[in-house]
Amino acid sequence: MITIRLVDSKLHKIFIAVNNVFVYCEVQNNRLADVSLELLTKGRKLAGELHVGLEAILIGKGVSDMAKELFDYGVRTLHLVEDERLAFYRTLPYARLVKHLFEREKPQIGLFGATPVGRDLAPRIASSLKCGLTADCTGLEIGDHHDKKSDTTYTNLLYQIRPAFGGNIIATIINPDTRPQLATVREGVMKKEPLMESMAGEIKTLDVNGILQKEDFVVEIIDRHVEEKRINIKNAPIIVAGGYGVGSKENFKLLFELADVLGGEVGGTRAAVDAGYIEHDRQIGQTGVTVRPRLYIACGISGQIQHRAGMMESSMIIAINTDRNAPINSIADYVITGDFAEVVPRLIKYYRKNSK
Amino acid sequence: MKPLKIIVLAKQVPDTRNVGKDAMKADGTVNRAALEAIFNPEDLNALEQALRIKDQAEGSQVTLLTMGPGRAAEIIREGLYRGADHGFLLTDRKFAGSDTLATSYSIARAVSQNEYDIIIAGRQAIDGDTAQVGPQVAEKLNIPQVTYVEAIEEITEFYIIARRRLDNGIERVKSPLPVLITVHGSAPPCRPRIARRVMKYKHARTLTELQDASEDYIRLFQDRPYLKIDEWSVADIKADEDALGLSGSPTKVKKIENVVFKAKESRILENSDQDIESLIKELIDNHTIG
Ligand SMILES: Cc1cc2nc3c(=O)[nH]c(=O)nc-3n(C[C@H](O)[C@H](O)[C@H](O)COP(=O)(O)OP(=O)(O)OC[C@H]3O[C@@H](n4cnc5c(N)ncnc54)[C@H](O)[C@@H]3O)c2cc1C
Ligand SMILES: Cc1cc2nc3c(=O)[nH]c(=O)nc-3n(C[C@H](O)[C@H](O)[C@H](O)COP(=O)(O)OP(=O)(O)OC[C@H]3O[C@@H](n4cnc5c(N)ncnc54)[C@H](O)[C@@H]3O)c2cc1C
Repeated sequence: MITIRLVDSKLHKIFIAVNNVFVYCEVQNNRLADVSLELLTKGRKLAGELHVGLEAILIGKGVSDMAKELFDYGVRTLHLVEDERLAFYRTLPYARLVKHLFEREKPQIGLFGATPVGRDLAPRIASSLKCGLTADCTGLEIGDHHDKKSDTTYTNLLYQIRPAFGGNIIATIINPDTRPQLATVREGVMKKEPLMESMAGEIKTLDVNGILQKEDFVVEIIDRHVEEKRINIKNAPIIVAGGYGVGSKENFKLLFELADVLGGEVGGTRAAVDAGYIEHDRQIGQTGVTVRPRLYIACGISGQIQHRAGMMESSMIIAINTDRNAPINSIADYVITGDFAEVVPRLIKYYRKNSK
Repeated sequence: MKPLKIIVLAKQVPDTRNVGKDAMKADGTVNRAALEAIFNPEDLNALEQALRIKDQAEGSQVTLLTMGPGRAAEIIREGLYRGADHGFLLTDRKFAGSDTLATSYSIARAVSQNEYDIIIAGRQAIDGDTAQVGPQVAEKLNIPQVTYVEAIEEITEFYIIARRRLDNGIERVKSPLPVLITVHGSAPPCRPRIARRVMKYKHARTLTELQDASEDYIRLFQDRPYLKIDEWSVADIKADEDALGLSGSPTKVKKIENVVFKAKESRILENSDQDIESLIKELIDNHTIG
């Protein structure tokens, strides 16, 4: 471990340790959260570029079985913390433990899912360690930075790319002087890819005695009702999406029929969700899920920025809209100007005729 | 029930929900002048929760705290019209350029100058969009936090029971006081202005706002001290200058891109049998569909 001391930083005296990439792994419904696996995939790539290792933190009760899956994603060292009292996420004990590990292990990067848990936990840690934290990232890259004022060049910083201002701007944020560089990352924006060949990793168990204090447990969970997500459009290779222009729940049946014959899923805009045409789980965009299917068919969708933010990276986009100037058309590969109620049945008809 | 001291954290934000064509300048930066400055929406939900506590525990005091430029006094007046008792404006050039760490440090210093039982923030501001300030303030004050609150189901002078809105469900938690909660947009909307209070507080001003007012105005202000909105500077909150503003902000914005969409070369098709059949054939041939 190389430690460089920054003396002239105004941000009190910090030690910059050239060290590993850490991912905080979240458990949802007794499984590793998808976002954590996505972060491990990204973390592994970042660690590779930096020539350091990938480490994970897993806290809970009876979660040690999940170690194997973490190793499949390239984790070299798993920091495992288990205790009766840690069965469900609670801010104070979890924050104390993660802080303890960060102080001891001195990671250069710490990643969290931008979930209700990650967004509750990460700011608490950043505030305590006096570190920079970037919220809700949609991209992470390694890059350099030259600060003109101090004429200093920083190498191998984490570029934290995030939408802000209601999705109207994309900012690249860096933390030149503080470590770890902390970020929360949106669910569903990064790919989830286990290693081709699984690797063995090391488990380091952390004993909570002497770390956790009685006052960490002052907030009690009385009860919780959390359902498993029923619909998963995130990984669908083909998405037929509908907007307010579809006009009714009844009309959406046509979209379900098209999705069904093509082997895809149905998604929609917030306007369609708000109007009650489809369930909230299917909302695509800034406040819904981000998707990047092979094919995205947009029916009766105007293509506002908040919607585009969640589907822009689809490999191929077909826009069906009665308005030839709808904003969605400018990101579409194919534009069909017309009523979706006429176009969709034609798509179904000619697919049936030409397939197999 | 014993009256409680409640501090509501509120931010004045540009209304990013209604962004028109002139909202972005040619260089990709935000044209704040083209956007209306509003009370951050979830901070109104937060204010409503505070006022509900006051309804229950008579004599409770609701104090609004905002950090921002001089014009942010507007949201304090708005809060007074709806039922808040006092307002503080934390304003100083030295706060400029604060990220969430520096913001939370400054807010925590300001809060520490007061007594409080409960601090209520919005979940997230619609400009910075981070949702980090609430938890970061709680950590600085070394008090528990309950985020994503949709309802306070019970409150006594010793504890609260709050319902949290999570992605796929709810959770109910019990926390001792003092506590910081952040309020989710699914919580009840804020009550409207009360005409009587608008009459009472429409002349509420900060000292800076009064500087160019007539003498009469100053007399009025002396007669009715409740019209004074307190302004606090860095010195008033006894803050360490290195921990706030730009120098206290570890995050730096390296680059900002306006989200202009890059027009693709689209192919325009007719809504005709012929065009649609050839599209389908093409998609099957290039394996986009099976
Ligand atoms: C903070 C914030 C977050 C947001 N998050 C999201 C989000 O996550 N996802 C999201 O989608 N939106 C989001 N929005 C809302 C977004 O700004 C738009 O309001 C929404 O995407 C519009 O949905 P739409 O395209 O279905 O409706 P509209 O804009 O009303 O468009 C309907 C379209 O249908 C076309 N049309 C009408 N009839 C027909 C027909 N018969 N055949 C074909 N076309 C027809 C019309 O020409 C029009 O283009 C958010 C907004 C804010 C402020
Ligand atoms: C494009 C852009 C991206 C940014 N990204 C980051 C980032 O990733 N990380 C980072 O640390 N900073 C970031 N910032 C800076 C950040 O926006 C400011 O620090 C801001 O002062 C507070 O953050 P927020 O708007 O996200 O508030 P949030 O944390 O979303 O606000 C939550 C709640 O805290 C309270 N609150 C917040 N600010 C105030 C205030 N001034 N006065 C009173 N109460 C308040 C309110 O109750 C509010 O509802 C960014 C700024 C910009 C312009």
